[in-house]
Amino acid sequence: MSTLPRASELGLIGCHVCGLVCRDIRAPDAACPRCGSALHRRKSASYSKTWALLIAAFLVYLPANLLPITRTVSLGDVDDNTILTGVVELWVKGSPYLAVIVFTASIVVPVLKFFALGLLLISSRRRSQWAQRQRAKLFRLVEFIGYWSMLDVFVVALLTALVQFGFFSQVEPLPGVVFFGLTVVITMLASMSFDPRLIWDGREFDD
Amino acid sequence: MPVQGVKPKIAPPTLWICEHCDTVYHRRELACGEVARCARCDAILARHHSIGVRGMLALVLTAMIAFVQANIWPIVTLGLNGQMISTTLWGCIVMMWREHTQVVAVIVACTLFFVPIGKMLLLGWVLLYARTGRRAPGFRLAMVTLYRIGPWTMSEVFVLGTLVAIVKANMYFDVIPDAGIFAYGVLMLIITAFSSIDVRRLWDLTEERPA
Repeated sequence: MSTLPRASELGLIGCHVCGLVCRDIRAPDAACPRCGSALHRRKSASYSKTWALLIAAFLVYLPANLLPITRTVSLGDVDDNTILTGVVELWVKGSPYLAVIVFTASIVVPVLKFFALGLLLISSRRRSQWAQRQRAKLFRLVEFIGYWSMLDVFVVALLTALVQFGFFSQVEPLPGVVFFGLTVVITMLASMSFDPRLIWDGREFDD
Repeated sequence: MPVQGVKPKIAPPTLWICEHCDTVYHRRELACGEVARCARCDAILARHHSIGVRGMLALVLTAMIAFVQANIWPIVTLGLNGQMISTTLWGCIVMMWREHTQVVAVIVACTLFFVPIGKMLLLGWVLLYARTGRRAPGFRLAMVTLYRIGPWTMSEVFVLGTLVAIVKANMYFDVIPDAGIFAYGVLMLIITAFSSIDVRRLWDLTEERPA
């Protein structure tokens, strides 16, 4: 494993935007000669940015789950649904398979993101060499599945536009859905600001 | 964003750097269907490109046609007591705006309309010139923008969302899927076909020529 050379050891730097391989001149304002983007050895302030976004995401995640996301009014009957009660309703009356998909996208994926990014931040900060390959894969999983959480937001948008039968039946969005949409956007920003190269930076690396 | 800074020398174009762990490799030609993975972190370094520039352009044009249809045709129709209501994507966006969830309206408009259309137009523009190995005017800005907006399209999530909405609505209403959802299905297939293509190879396939 240690025989694989890393860019920093060879005095090279890869452009994060266009992938061009350049010589690392160690200037603070180096720019990529091909695409003009700023060259960094690592994403700038990755730890503090990711922590800040992760905490912000968690703060909006609580109301996203506790507050109702939709109100259904039919024949004067008012019924508010949170994300969890929506899943239960789908399980009982509709399709259990689809309920599992919605549960995964809306509950499992955000929770997994919080735990995974927290774990990656703490272990990389401590320069841990534990399960590096698995941690690298975990990060790619988080990046890949992250945006599927937007599922419930789109469902609410569609149902709101469709179920407009006045007195007979009507669906309205409630503030929970705003918080949920924001959670997804902020967790996506958090995983984008984490630099997976940090997983592999041993004790000798200081940047 | 172009930065006015010191421009370092370009290393010989015979190297790959793994984006996920910074390991350096010598480039080599890949056989058909072959995928080069990083020995350290197992991330994908490069793939064999079975689709050329013309093929990519064809995919983008097909995606544009499907996108127009997905947006002008209604997606689903609901029926209750003989009353029918159908909606398009923009119907959803306008409704969310009116119902005081403007944040959601903006998220939906960006991830399902503005970013996808921006991506297709930029790619189409760049590919149009790349057919003959040229760089389009504004190539650099287009490529950097494509990289930045890359993760913010969610059309495939919307297709699944429509499916969930149909099943939910079917508990209480008559549901008729409309043409829009099929156009979205086609769009989803094209996005999947495109997902294995690294657009950044256009940097290597094109050359800057003096005007």
